[in-house]
Amino acid sequence: MEDTIVAVSTAMGLGAISIIRLSGPEAIKIVNKIFRGKDLTKVASHTINYGHIVDGDEIVDEVLVSIMLAPKTYTTEDVVEINTHGGIAATNKVLELCLINGARLATKGEFTKRAFLAGRIDLTQAEAVQDIITSSTDKSLSLFVNQLTGSLKKLIIKLRKDIVGILANIEVNIDYPEYEDAPVVTIASLKQALIPIKEELENLVKESKNAKIIKDGINIAIIGRPNVGKSSLLNKLLEEEKAIVTDIAGTTRDLVEGSVIFKGIKLNFIDTAGIRDSDDIVESIGIKKSIDSVDKSNLTILVLNSNEQLNKDDFKLLDMIKNKTHIVFINKNDLPLKINTENLQDFNVCYGNTISDDGINSLKDKISDLFALEAIKPIDNIYLTNSRQNSLIKLAIKEIDHALDSLNKEVPVDLVEIDIKNAWNYLGELIGATYKDELIDELFSNFCLGK
Amino acid sequence: MNYDVIVVGGGHAGCEAAYISAYKNHKTALITMNIKNIADMPCNPSIGGTAKGIIVREIDALGGIMGQIADQSHFQIKMLNTSKGPAVQALRAQADKIVYPKKMLAKLKSMENLDIIEAMVNDLIIENHVIKGVVLEDGTKCFCKSLILTTGTYLKANILYGDQKEVSGPHGERSSLYLSDSLKKAGFKLQRLKTGTPQRIEASSIDFSKMQEELGDNKYWTFSHDYPASYDITKQQKCYLLYTTAETKKIIEENLSKSSMYGGYVEGIGPRYCPSIEDKIVRFHDKPRHQLFLEPESLYYNDWYLQGFSTSMPHDIQEKMVHSLPGLENAKINKYAYAIEYDAIDPLQVNPTLESKIITNLYTAGQINGTSGYEEAAAQGLIAGINACLKIEKKKPLILKRSDAYIGVLIDDLVTKGTNEPYRMLTSRAEYRLILRHDNADLRLRRIGYEVGTISKEQYDKLLAKEKDIANLTTFLKENKFKIDSTIKEIFVQNDKLLPKVAMSYYELLKRPEINIEFINKLIKLNYSLEVQEEVEIQIKYEGYIAKTYKEVDKMLKLEAKKIPEDLDYDKVKNLATEARQKLKLVRPLSIGQASRISGVNPADISILAIYLKKEYNND
Repeated sequence: MEDTIVAVSTAMGLGAISIIRLSGPEAIKIVNKIFRGKDLTKVASHTINYGHIVDGDEIVDEVLVSIMLAPKTYTTEDVVEINTHGGIAATNKVLELCLINGARLATKGEFTKRAFLAGRIDLTQAEAVQDIITSSTDKSLSLFVNQLTGSLKKLIIKLRKDIVGILANIEVNIDYPEYEDAPVVTIASLKQALIPIKEELENLVKESKNAKIIKDGINIAIIGRPNVGKSSLLNKLLEEEKAIVTDIAGTTRDLVEGSVIFKGIKLNFIDTAGIRDSDDIVESIGIKKSIDSVDKSNLTILVLNSNEQLNKDDFKLLDMIKNKTHIVFINKNDLPLKINTENLQDFNVCYGNTISDDGINSLKDKISDLFALEAIKPIDNIYLTNSRQNSLIKLAIKEIDHALDSLNKEVPVDLVEIDIKNAWNYLGELIGATYKDELIDELFSNFCLGK
Repeated sequence: MNYDVIVVGGGHAGCEAAYISAYKNHKTALITMNIKNIADMPCNPSIGGTAKGIIVREIDALGGIMGQIADQSHFQIKMLNTSKGPAVQALRAQADKIVYPKKMLAKLKSMENLDIIEAMVNDLIIENHVIKGVVLEDGTKCFCKSLILTTGTYLKANILYGDQKEVSGPHGERSSLYLSDSLKKAGFKLQRLKTGTPQRIEASSIDFSKMQEELGDNKYWTFSHDYPASYDITKQQKCYLLYTTAETKKIIEENLSKSSMYGGYVEGIGPRYCPSIEDKIVRFHDKPRHQLFLEPESLYYNDWYLQGFSTSMPHDIQEKMVHSLPGLENAKINKYAYAIEYDAIDPLQVNPTLESKIITNLYTAGQINGTSGYEEAAAQGLIAGINACLKIEKKKPLILKRSDAYIGVLIDDLVTKGTNEPYRMLTSRAEYRLILRHDNADLRLRRIGYEVGTISKEQYDKLLAKEKDIANLTTFLKENKFKIDSTIKEIFVQNDKLLPKVAMSYYELLKRPEINIEFINKLIKLNYSLEVQEEVEIQIKYEGYIAKTYKEVDKMLKLEAKKIPEDLDYDKVKNLATEARQKLKLVRPLSIGQASRISGVNPADISILAIYLKKEYNND
């Protein structure tokens, strides 16, 4: 018998509610122990129950508990979901109580793994399990199991049709070498056919990145050693753009300090060890916290004081961001420049200050350039919603690249076809197409062959 | 009369089956309706072609005889697709329709353990779902341990042209009227298939000057791995290319309703790759003209085969159609085109060994299994023959994988997907075709042939020597560098090749697109046979793609290794989709890999099945 696992299953996004999910034979029993309300062992399956999570006599949070009995659940086991709304502290407390009462913390992707082993999801999806397991923590299951949007599916089907047309053309040249009906596939004609397909796929990846930016905004970490003006920069940015969300630190489990809308895109400023206080914090702690926040961000802004020479800590921070998307903001440019800029040659630098509106425009322009915000169209239906889709598209692009490369080396077309077929298969996997004699059908519908 | 193996039908499948059984020292009988029709070629006068040529090589590599008989009987041979990569090159020979059957019959007659019996088989002797023998038309009973049915297109055959329908086998032979009823009674699902053949034109009535010549290669080729070429390259016969005209199109369009096909007189499903000319005109309406080929059938009579002009029009329309072709204005038609429909069994009722799932020790091969083509038939005949023998010998059967041979692809497709049109092998059906080449058929299959006792020790030793040579030459090319001195420079310049900036191994040099093994020989004489050199060249030049293919093969083999117990009760596997359950029960795949190729079985069903096996049988 499997043990019972538990995890916080909501993404580390902006939502106020978080869900703690349990799966396994003991799931209901465990939650019942810490729940004040109805007796959960007696409620009907697929019901939502109101009550409180308690730690002894102390109320931890007001919650809604969903009870789903085996086998009609994601994992086919008994599944309980606790919807809390008390922020990170309460969430962590509920999780802890579940653990104390006999649940085991789930490993990454374990719910999905169970779903797969129970035959609940198929092999194609299961391949993505590995993706989930190895990818970052905040991938929620909903991202992974979600269905393809209609327009994406249509696009992929169209691209596959284009590719199968190319394949059929190559095949017909092979199987009927003496028939003139089929246009001869040359290196040049093949390249010409492949490049637009590659471009569409690349666009899709790019658009999807944009779609994610539109949906979730850009997470920005502001780091720097004490007294360089991080908090005044943050305040300026938030105040400048009329902050729409300003969560009070400690009351929410996500780390967003505040968000602003800039050119239609949400910029989320990630709490950097409490930027507001950090100017007083012990340096070593500051750096450790910085590492965390840099990992969680899409963009890191390192603030330096124009008027001070770079010290050991600055170099550490510079080293930390050099392979990340970053901006080095040289603050206080109203004061004389004492930084040796030769050290900043490989960095994306901008100068400014926080005392005037103009002072941070340079920074805002830089952000805009970096993410090409002007070019992002706010409505775009076609995008990839999960890492499985993303990686399959990238694999398909890689195969086409290999094909183009081989064509440049004058590898015979029928060998290059192996790459093209692989690309076709990857796209097929994306839309869950089973293997059919599509190719053979295409061959005979498009060409006039026979004896 | 008692035999180990009885083969019913003397076509290409029957010949291979009977030969290999006799070769393996089993007492064998080949029963045919007419000895004159042994190894008959009722349709096109050629053996091989794309994909099919590779099958012939594979037959030869496994000890079959189609390749060597074709080598002795053709009057033209060429390698197809020479401008393309090595994987898709294949031989095609224009085989003489008199010589080929004659040589085949002589070969069979030379076999000690083989009796050739001229008779019609009317019934099967079956006891408790086990085959025991056959009943001949005159009531004689012949008993056997294994029976191989290779009845071709003869089962309830009808010949059609226009609104005429005759109960007849190919060119006026008798149709086998009763055997398919016995099969039906025994539980076989029968299907009606259709194929066709074009006109034969009298040589003296053809004006070849209006057509384009098609020549053989100016190079010696053989299908056989054992015997050198024995033909005279200068005496190859020409074939001719011609085109249909606007007049042809008009005649066909005006008379469409008179064709058996379009008039609704044909029940059988015809092959898409072998459409009749009226089919082509209807489906590809915009095309102003269609290619046709004229090929001599034999040096011993005057019929020329009009490839591409297969039709089921009435004879008077056929006259008009043929006379509309350039060079055939005054042509005399010696034989009219016709369509033929016949009974075939559903290959889903056949095991990958080609033994029936319904009747033990009964094997089927060739057109009866729903295929088309001499080569496809011969390949199945050989495998059915080998497996019938192996079963008698109480040995493990021979099942070739999709990555072993085109023959493996052919049989796997048949028994896994079934077919509702005559199945023809195409290069595009083989997903691992880069490793299923003309050149490496022996490397792929001779060892297997040796293991199942169809390849002699002498042939096997020859293989080992070749493998050693290939390994040695590869090592040599990898471990030796050429020096860039004035002599070498001169060779590069003379041959118009780009001189590398630094010295490199011959192996690296050979990887360059403009360099071939012939050029390497100019730098350093390689003392290996041409065959070995070409093999090494292909392996080095296409190393990356070959490796990529093997990676795909590995994926497939992992799924193939997940065996499904033969007695699995699919009704006990919960959550399977209804269609998938039905298909799985019908096909009874041997492995998860095979199951995943069944149409209508989805990835979700496969994972449910895999998990069930893991739970119930601890099968990883």
